[in-house]
Amino acid sequence: MSRLAVPKTYKLYIGGKFPRSESGRTYEVVTKKGAFLANAAQASRKDARDAVVSARGALSGWANATAYNRGQVLYRIAELLEGRRVQFIDEIVQSEGVSAGAATRQVDEAIDRWVWYAGWADKYVQVTGNANPVSGPYFNLSVPEPTGVVAIVAPQDSSLLGLVSVVAPALVAGNTVVVLASERLPLSAISLSEVLATSDVPGGVVNILTGSSAEVAPWLASHADVNAIDLTGAAALDWVDLEIAAAGTLKRVIRPEGGTDLAAPSLDRITALTETKTVWHTKSLI
Amino acid sequence: MTDTQKAVVPRPTALELFDGPVTDASLRRYLEGIPGVDAVGLEQRAAGLGTRSIKTSSKKWALDTIIELIDLTTLEGADTPGKVRSLVAKAVTPDASDPSTPRVAAVCVYGDMVPYAVEALGSHHSAGTDSGINVAAVATAFPSGRASLAIKLSDTADAVDAGADEIDMVIDRGAFLSGRYGQVYDEIVAVKEACRRSDGTYAHLKVILETGELNTYDNVRRASWLAILAGGDFIKTSTGKVAPAATLPVTLLMLEVVRDWHRLTGEKVGVKPAGGIRTSKDAIKYLVTVAETVGEEWLQPHLFRFGASSLLNDVLLQRQKMSTGHYSGADYVTID
Amino acid sequence: MSFLNYAPAPESTAILNLKSEYGLFINGEFVDGHGTPFSTISPANEKTITTIASANDEDVDRAVAAARKAYDKTWSRMSGSDRGKYLFRIARLVQERARELAVAESLDNGKPIKESRDVDVPLVAAWFFYYAGWADKLDYAGAGANPASLGVAGQIIPWNFPLLMLAWKIAPALAAGNTVVLKPAETTPLTALLFAEILQQADLPPGVVNIITGAGATGSALVNHTDVNKIAFTGSTNVGRGIAKAIAGTDKRVTLELGGKAANIVFDDAPIDQAIEGIVNGIFFNQGHVCCAGSRLLVQENIHDEVVDRLKERLSTLRLGDPLDKNTDIGAINSAAQLERIKTLSDVGESEGAERWSPDCELPSDGFWFAPTIFTNVSTSHRIAREEVFGPVLSVLTFRTPAEAIAKANNTPYGLSAGIWSDKGSRILAVADKLRAGVIWANTFNRFDPASPFGGYKESGYGREGGRHGLAAYLKPAGSARAVTAAPSADITDTALTTQKGSDK
Repeated sequence: MSRLAVPKTYKLYIGGKFPRSESGRTYEVVTKKGAFLANAAQASRKDARDAVVSARGALSGWANATAYNRGQVLYRIAELLEGRRVQFIDEIVQSEGVSAGAATRQVDEAIDRWVWYAGWADKYVQVTGNANPVSGPYFNLSVPEPTGVVAIVAPQDSSLLGLVSVVAPALVAGNTVVVLASERLPLSAISLSEVLATSDVPGGVVNILTGSSAEVAPWLASHADVNAIDLTGAAALDWVDLEIAAAGTLKRVIRPEGGTDLAAPSLDRITALTETKTVWHTKSLI
Repeated sequence: MTDTQKAVVPRPTALELFDGPVTDASLRRYLEGIPGVDAVGLEQRAAGLGTRSIKTSSKKWALDTIIELIDLTTLEGADTPGKVRSLVAKAVTPDASDPSTPRVAAVCVYGDMVPYAVEALGSHHSAGTDSGINVAAVATAFPSGRASLAIKLSDTADAVDAGADEIDMVIDRGAFLSGRYGQVYDEIVAVKEACRRSDGTYAHLKVILETGELNTYDNVRRASWLAILAGGDFIKTSTGKVAPAATLPVTLLMLEVVRDWHRLTGEKVGVKPAGGIRTSKDAIKYLVTVAETVGEEWLQPHLFRFGASSLLNDVLLQRQKMSTGHYSGADYVTID
Repeated sequence: MSFLNYAPAPESTAILNLKSEYGLFINGEFVDGHGTPFSTISPANEKTITTIASANDEDVDRAVAAARKAYDKTWSRMSGSDRGKYLFRIARLVQERARELAVAESLDNGKPIKESRDVDVPLVAAWFFYYAGWADKLDYAGAGANPASLGVAGQIIPWNFPLLMLAWKIAPALAAGNTVVLKPAETTPLTALLFAEILQQADLPPGVVNIITGAGATGSALVNHTDVNKIAFTGSTNVGRGIAKAIAGTDKRVTLELGGKAANIVFDDAPIDQAIEGIVNGIFFNQGHVCCAGSRLLVQENIHDEVVDRLKERLSTLRLGDPLDKNTDIGAINSAAQLERIKTLSDVGESEGAERWSPDCELPSDGFWFAPTIFTNVSTSHRIAREEVFGPVLSVLTFRTPAEAIAKANNTPYGLSAGIWSDKGSRILAVADKLRAGVIWANTFNRFDPASPFGGYKESGYGREGGRHGLAAYLKPAGSARAVTAAPSADITDTALTTQKGSDK
């Protein structure tokens, strides 16, 4: 006789804590065939607002951590993901309706991608920065820095890999993020937040919202305290309106991507969420 | 310090400023507390001043002013009474073809040449009055300054006794660079005292920093303050025997110190760039720098001088060009 | 006489050989425009310089079509080394005609000749020279091997540095293999048209660069043109916002260099004389018509009075007047409209309680003039401390600690530039790290170089101009239909890295 399972309550992840939506709303997460899986929190604009406050609060600590430290903290996530492989595979099988093999491949790829990005933390500055030979007695150096608070609409059709593919590169440079998880496939996102909560990533660095992207994304796109918006997973939304809203405060925008391998790993995803700062200093012997 | 030196009184304002005796330690605290100099910015500012375009009436005024500010100089081992007499003749009559040409401020010679200069000047010698030409003597074991204090003081006193109106002393750069600010200070104070004539008046003291040896702008700024605190009437860039000698940035920097001293105390100290200023074009840049840094008032012989020899003839050539409308040639000005 | 009232030393306009009217430069030729022509005037005396054609929508179409054709048939097929040679030619021609360009710039813009002669035009030549060398080395630009150009670039430039902004736009675009339709500002089209003549002398293939003059409508038509692949704009944040909205949902890439309200931070250990010069240069260079101008002076409270005293003394030696006089430090305000804005904001500053000071300074009766102005007793909430005045107006604020200086400096939606003055290296570097601005000048200000990336954070825009980063703004990685971002700061992708790193083996 089988044991009666203890189901998990899926909540939001804001500022290192797991609140329910302030609106009190939830929505049903179902299997591919429509069977009930869980009630996920349906985030409201106020939850988004709180998440931005958390992300802004966490920015200075995360951005100013040493690159080596950020790299290690990110690598630690991969270690913890590895330990929870089975859980993630189960969730993906259940919610995406894919085979165990496909789910395994997705989880493994997500972990490896995380490792790949973790290794960039102390290198991207070297690769994309520059010593500039100006014609004058000046030390002149250009270095990339994190853009700030990044709002992300995660890919909709991938539970874990899509999410990792947009969150990890944003974190590498020291940005903090507010991510709208896949509306239909949010379970991996919540489980990832449990991993983050027990890792060394400071609370507020990653904030994960579940619910209706169409409802919440416009609030993030127009939020004056958000510096960039990654619309990679927003192809099905009214993303042009989101881009227009983002232009109100001249946010950096990553436009939606389609295709099978959206948000493929690239250094470009890191640098897209950085600002190049150039410092001049006079130079003289006398 | 010897007893005689202890009786010496440095610039009273310096004592007020320090609120007590001037010591090595108090000097160090003061000089090292002065804001630093950013060399790049200083040189850019000087270069900017150097781009002023001085035309027509301004240029005519500038050329005459340059002549009036020149310490016409000969400082050679080979100097003779004859050479000095020739120099003096040039000082009195810079351009025989144009009687309206002003005279230079002073002739500048080695101490042993002072009697010949005084004699040659005759009635043109200012001799303590406001008109006429001064005799300036380099002293204190010029140019190196490497001699005992006693020698330096007697070197100075000799020149003053012989009729020098101005003494151009050198500071002990070795002492300065090794941080013995008190020694440099005391020496200037003592030399100033040696400038005292029997009637109680003083020969004007120009303090040569030898900026080329001080090397850094921070050092130049500190040495300028030091020389002013000790009572120098003028601060002067160079002996002319060390390269680099006068440069526009270093002169600008010294003018800034003079301006700051004036802001602080109301006292006016002179500045003398010397060595390397050979053309009217260059000299005009200095006039611009003086006028825009410390004010046009400083463009008078008691507050600004050029230490130069060949500059005079270039100014005369330019002057002739302005009056005749065509370019002149070297054969139309006299060599001294 | 007063020596300081230097006799007039005007640069001669005889070197100019201006036409009485200028057409649009399309497909290598000057052609008639179909909008209503307008005059360009000298802001120093309001006299008309020449008549300028205005491009209507059809003209914009023609220009874009010419650029497209030149891109497809010529420029994108040309070897990098040949593209580079054209750019080198242009650099040399600019040097050869430097004096003429400087005179034209000062005449049309109102900036002092010493600036157009010593800063603007030499930098224009340097910009072309720098990017010329990139044209055959794009593999090393950071976008991976064989990066592709974007196509037709629509470029819209402001009136504050007319020719220099043209160079910032055109040089990297052409080096990367793009063709260009450029619209100069309505009040300062003259040097762009002289530049068109230079392009003719350089024998640049027709259509590679097209210069269309006109007002906002012309720019708008260019931004919205469906056959334009890239928009590069320098100008106000408001217009930049509009452009970002206009290109939303398209494939167009965009770089925006917008407004600023830079803090110039002076610590109490600053090299004081150089700091004073830097403050003056920071806000009075080009009459303060500089997006990166140091318009907010943040001075440590314990040296506030001394700094302000010294600043006032220094300002009293600035010469305001004829832009063509070689001794002029402060020229004319570029337009009546801009003068009005400066006056309005300054009046607001006064009414909000800030203390206004200007040196005694006689303003010419004709033309547009504004005396250099300092506001003290300014607090962070005053409009003159928040809004870009874009004029010779400095707001002085104080701070007590480095942390406070950083907080006040960053307390703005802008983030273009900042200055730091201190003798302490460790503090300079730490403060530079924490300032949210794209260009930080330490113990200097307002320095520009083609090798040095320039551009803003936050509402000062996105993308960089200058250096390798400026080149990347006109490139995309080989094989990529489009770049990842709408607005990359540095579009650097190694194609080898884009292949999936996975455990699927």
